[in-house]
Amino acid sequence: MLRKKDLLGLKDLTVEEIEYILDHTAEMKDVLLSKNAIDNLSDKCVTTLFYENSTRTQNSFLLASQMLGAKTLTVNVATSSVKKGESLVDTGKTLDALLTDVIVIRHSMAGAPELLAKNVKASVINAGDGMNEHPTQALLDIFTMREKFGTIKGLKVTLVGDIKHSRVARSNFWGLIKLGAEVSVVGPQTLLPKGINELGCEVYTDIEEAIIGANVVMGLRLQLERQKSGLFPSKSEYAELFAVTSEKIANCCPDALVMHPGPVNRGIEIGSDVTDGANSVIEEQVTNGVAVRMAVMDILAGGR
Amino acid sequence: MSILIKNGRIIDDREYYADVYIEHGRIMKVGQNLDVYADKTINADGKYVFPGLVDMHCHLREPGFENKETIATGSYSAVCGGYTTIACMPNTNPVIDSPAIARYVAMRGREAGYARVYPIGCITKGQKGEELAEIGKMKDAGIVAISDDGHPVMNSSVMRNAMEYAKTVGILILDHTEDANISGDGVVNEGVNATIAGLRGINRSAEEIGIARDIVLAESLDASVHICHVSTAGSVQLIREAKSRGVKITCETCPHYFSATDEEILSYNTNAKINPPLREMSDVEAIIDGIKDGTIDVIATDHAPHTKGEKNREFDLAPFGSVGFETALSVTFTYLVETGEITMTDLVRIMSHKPSELLGFPVVHIKPGTIADLVIFDPDEKWTVKASELASKGKNTVFDGWELSGKVINTIVGGEIKY
Repeated sequence: MLRKKDLLGLKDLTVEEIEYILDHTAEMKDVLLSKNAIDNLSDKCVTTLFYENSTRTQNSFLLASQMLGAKTLTVNVATSSVKKGESLVDTGKTLDALLTDVIVIRHSMAGAPELLAKNVKASVINAGDGMNEHPTQALLDIFTMREKFGTIKGLKVTLVGDIKHSRVARSNFWGLIKLGAEVSVVGPQTLLPKGINELGCEVYTDIEEAIIGANVVMGLRLQLERQKSGLFPSKSEYAELFAVTSEKIANCCPDALVMHPGPVNRGIEIGSDVTDGANSVIEEQVTNGVAVRMAVMDILAGGR
Repeated sequence: MSILIKNGRIIDDREYYADVYIEHGRIMKVGQNLDVYADKTINADGKYVFPGLVDMHCHLREPGFENKETIATGSYSAVCGGYTTIACMPNTNPVIDSPAIARYVAMRGREAGYARVYPIGCITKGQKGEELAEIGKMKDAGIVAISDDGHPVMNSSVMRNAMEYAKTVGILILDHTEDANISGDGVVNEGVNATIAGLRGINRSAEEIGIARDIVLAESLDASVHICHVSTAGSVQLIREAKSRGVKITCETCPHYFSATDEEILSYNTNAKINPPLREMSDVEAIIDGIKDGTIDVIATDHAPHTKGEKNREFDLAPFGSVGFETALSVTFTYLVETGEITMTDLVRIMSHKPSELLGFPVVHIKPGTIADLVIFDPDEKWTVKASELASKGKNTVFDGWELSGKVINTIVGGEIKY
């Protein structure tokens, strides 16, 4: 059981809650791989409320809902209409009135899922809010690591790239630290958030130094428009300094995993050879994502 | 109507016990055991009696945003908090950049009849930061200072002209300093708490660069400038150094900058979304040091009311600001006086005498002949701030739920009990 009706981030979860979700994910993965849907949520309705475009995450949640037998509703709100349109609180109340049990929200602004959760009866699952959190992504990442290494404790995980704007980095960071991993971050100073060193991780600006002995190297998506706001000079300079290439991962542990939340800017965040190479688990991450989302929804809405 | 305040502890340049007799809007007698008949006698046993507070930085939202606050509701909220004179910022709609609007605001203040309301005019037409507003004409119409608060004057040449021109007219500039290119679309202080919350940060240099620029301009022109809502340790240090060189610079801070930190934003509490943003504990300490050594001249409220709907939304979309009239005195008493950082005499200086001096109001001392703008304050009452119970239309207080010490019992403006 989780203490709250919602999953807003890993920041607020206890170690026990995270492990409970991961354990249940293993069961759900068996269901998923059997391709036979179960009826745990047959009397429930799951709504995806996406204020940002996302094919991957939204489809992952929809597939997970179908595997649990839930009815689904899809609401896509163009970001441009947020300011003049119906407020988030009112939209949430409308979804409550439609007897939605779970609202999966993605929003460009940090804290939006928390605002929604405070104003609705339904369980709210954060599918990414601004730069804040993307908890199901981190849970699937951590689940993938746990499958390969058995435990998270003591793993050395290096997050590479635009840490500052990355909710994936933040959620992974919270979860991994709680579970006892050693987390380091590396990127240009302009893409590292202020004060990250105070939160218990090592900070590097040299990728080769940062990934010495790493068990996991996680590339992050680089929003290419950051270049226009002057945070890095060019794609090619970024790639030269920070792309995860086969030369750079030579100093990792031999069985190190290379991960990425996708979609990958090939050759910029991760070299093409590494993306398709033996260390890469990028495709397994996608499969595990469905299992994690099944587990979270089953726990929150299925009364587990 | 005559009023006799019995046995209060008078707080002025010094502290002592006395009765105060008020008639015809003025203090007529001050002394022990006054034997006079009064229409109303107030027993101030165990209470403090001091000059009414003066706020040189508030937003009354009228004209244009009466859904947030009106001059009547705002000036009533002010007297509830012990303020007898308030100067309101010109970022209304239309903005106060003409004599007509200035006169309108002053008139609405008189009609309301609570605190004395004085308008602050714009520095530039439309607060656009381009052409100077008709500062001289507005001064004749009753403005007491000029400010483009909320819209920092980014063009340094415009600010330089404004300082020179203000010298000509004899009016003080209250500058909201902010380098808007640095603050950008930030919503909270840049630092570890912004990182934890995933909210975009405003680096403290946005405020400090503006102050440094104003110091250079004021010093080179031998002009005066007053810096609004100082929030960082670096700002205090810049102003301290400038003052020691003799630069004609003064400044204010607000209660939230010495009592709260950016931890308040971790729960996405939009009432803690304030500009400049709540900073860190090291800044809080520096602000307190600045108040103690006189670097910071004034405590202002930056009372900034907004509607519930505007604040009950995504943090990025909520407007900046917290209301402040009804909590400023108690927060200052709780965080500065009770903790022994300053005395009540200091409090009266930085919340009444000094702002009056800067804006050219009569400085109220408790002595015969002075206008009777007074507060009676109970230092022993403990209370919990309840946003829903505030008199202001704006319930957006960062102090909701806080336990505070000391409460206003009565506020007297011009010899009349307004609260």
